[in-house]
Amino acid sequence: MSPTPATGSGPLAKKERWSAGVTPYAEMGYYDADYVPKDTDILCAFRIVPQPGVDHIEAAAAVAGESSTATWTVVWTDRLTDHKHYQAKAYQVDPVPGTDQFIARIAYDIDLFEEGSIANLTSSIIGNVFGFKALKSLRLEDMRIPTHYIKTFQGPAHGIVMEREMLDKYGRPLLGATVKPKLGLSAKNYGRVVYEALRGGLDFTKDDENINSQPFMRWHDRYSYAIEGVERGAAAAGEIKGHYMNVTAGTMEEMYERAEFAKQIGSIIIMIDLTVGYTAMQSMAKWARANGMILHLHRAGHGTYTRQKTHGVSFRVIAKWCRLIGVDHIHAGTVVGKLEGDPSTTKGFYDVLRLNHIPEDPRYGIFFDQDWASMPGTMPVASGGIHAGQMHQLLHYLGEDVVLQFGGGTIGHPMGIAAGATANRVAVEAMIQARNEGKDYFQEGPDILEKAAKGCPELDAALQVWKDITFDFASTDMPDVALVPSVGY
Amino acid sequence: MRITQGTFSFLPDFTDEQIDAQIKYSLDHGWAMSIEYTDDIHPRNAYWEMWGLPMFDVKPEDSENVLREVRAAREAFPEHYIKLIAYDPTYTRQTTALAFIVNRPAVEKRFRLDRISGPGRVNSYRLVAEEVRPTSVEASGAYVGNGGSEGA
Repeated sequence: MSPTPATGSGPLAKKERWSAGVTPYAEMGYYDADYVPKDTDILCAFRIVPQPGVDHIEAAAAVAGESSTATWTVVWTDRLTDHKHYQAKAYQVDPVPGTDQFIARIAYDIDLFEEGSIANLTSSIIGNVFGFKALKSLRLEDMRIPTHYIKTFQGPAHGIVMEREMLDKYGRPLLGATVKPKLGLSAKNYGRVVYEALRGGLDFTKDDENINSQPFMRWHDRYSYAIEGVERGAAAAGEIKGHYMNVTAGTMEEMYERAEFAKQIGSIIIMIDLTVGYTAMQSMAKWARANGMILHLHRAGHGTYTRQKTHGVSFRVIAKWCRLIGVDHIHAGTVVGKLEGDPSTTKGFYDVLRLNHIPEDPRYGIFFDQDWASMPGTMPVASGGIHAGQMHQLLHYLGEDVVLQFGGGTIGHPMGIAAGATANRVAVEAMIQARNEGKDYFQEGPDILEKAAKGCPELDAALQVWKDITFDFASTDMPDVALVPSVGY
Repeated sequence: MRITQGTFSFLPDFTDEQIDAQIKYSLDHGWAMSIEYTDDIHPRNAYWEMWGLPMFDVKPEDSENVLREVRAAREAFPEHYIKLIAYDPTYTRQTTALAFIVNRPAVEKRFRLDRISGPGRVNSYRLVAEEVRPTSVEASGAYVGNGGSEGA
């Protein structure tokens, strides 16, 4: 077989589909307005900004092409395949009013992806295409993962329900704190913070993302002192406690070694950083399930590609991948704290992690119905610049199945670390009580906290110190459709 | 010491009226109510004794029926821990939704932490409940603040 020679010569002459040379992606079949997505297809919504002069349909088709079978020129070897089957198809392209952006919906046949491999899925869908010159910018907004593909992944090592049963803690957000300062503490000093925070009333303490095994504190020593703090805290409270032992390391072998040691000394939970990569995360999720350990994920580095609205990957997509991968915890935003988080967008992230079925809803940035086929939920973690005085807001925005992590808000308490922990615990229990009693806790929150503080000097002090602390900056990542707080919602 | 298992252990012990509000909230959600009691408060004791079967299908306006069972359990086991549990049987949930202690002994035991030293500075830990002589502060039912100077 030999390539068919080109028939036309002028720029306006329509080229035959299979003649050598460059054919527009749309004409090669990567755009098909009549395509009806199959139940088994993986669907993606991309936010596309074409370069000036590039037609938006062609841009969408180019994304479909470059993220599936296409290369820049026609190859006759396509004809050795059932090429239409393997081509991704842009089937809907809509302008975003008032902008130069378009939302392109693209369908991928499930055959394009290896079962149970986030690495393979992402190599296709966010592989080459993000550097494509004909686009000014490109963002993967959402992905509909069909049940058939979901069932090829392990999912959370334990999930929200099993974690609660393991901890025997129900009906309220879990509470945690990241040990501070992030860097520099010796192992013995570090364990002190763990002990104080846990005996004071927190459920968890946590290694920070960049605490791995540095010269000032090696991992083996940190784990040994941290578990002493955990066990002492459990004895003081008569409750199950945990410290997320960060097993992130330079190689998988070292990660397994650290995880095994954490298990050996009786830890109930380990943690990894997003920076280890999807394959390492999947390996650790399998290890965590096989070894009965909760797996916490710190989303270190995600802001480099999730934050800007016109380029990168939305965190709601990362959240879906992480639920498939199988982490039990993932940092997902606070709304009120120091890090990026528009309320509607953040609600979308939390829904994606926790619910079994999420309906399409542009107000929350959800572009497709997503059904999880009863795959357990991943517990979202709210961390970064939150304190007891915001408890009513945290409960309102984030709900009950969440770990609220007060690092500075525990350790920075004027009466000490344990007092900071107590303030947070009393605040959360008082707020749950008020909510369950039918109070309008969101409006009456400050009063509820003040009343609880009358019997709790630790909470009183916390409210005094942090009462005016807010982080009120405009969000960069908001849905296209504004949530109008009015009738019917 | 004050054992802080359960949803509301850091708050002052609930009055019956406050317990009733939590029961109504639970029944409004269609949750089944049950009562369990134990004298083994080890945090990994997953199976407290059941005070009868879970109460399914109680209407919110009949919350008094649940409260009556709480009172009866307290009368029968005044020196035990008793917890009230709301269970959510919803698909993908199917677990406890709320669980809080509604009775505790006048003087609570405390946990001693035993350590067995192993190679490589690795300790094995064991929590052992032991009697503690009550002080005036610890004997009071209300929250006393783990955050203060109280040690383990």
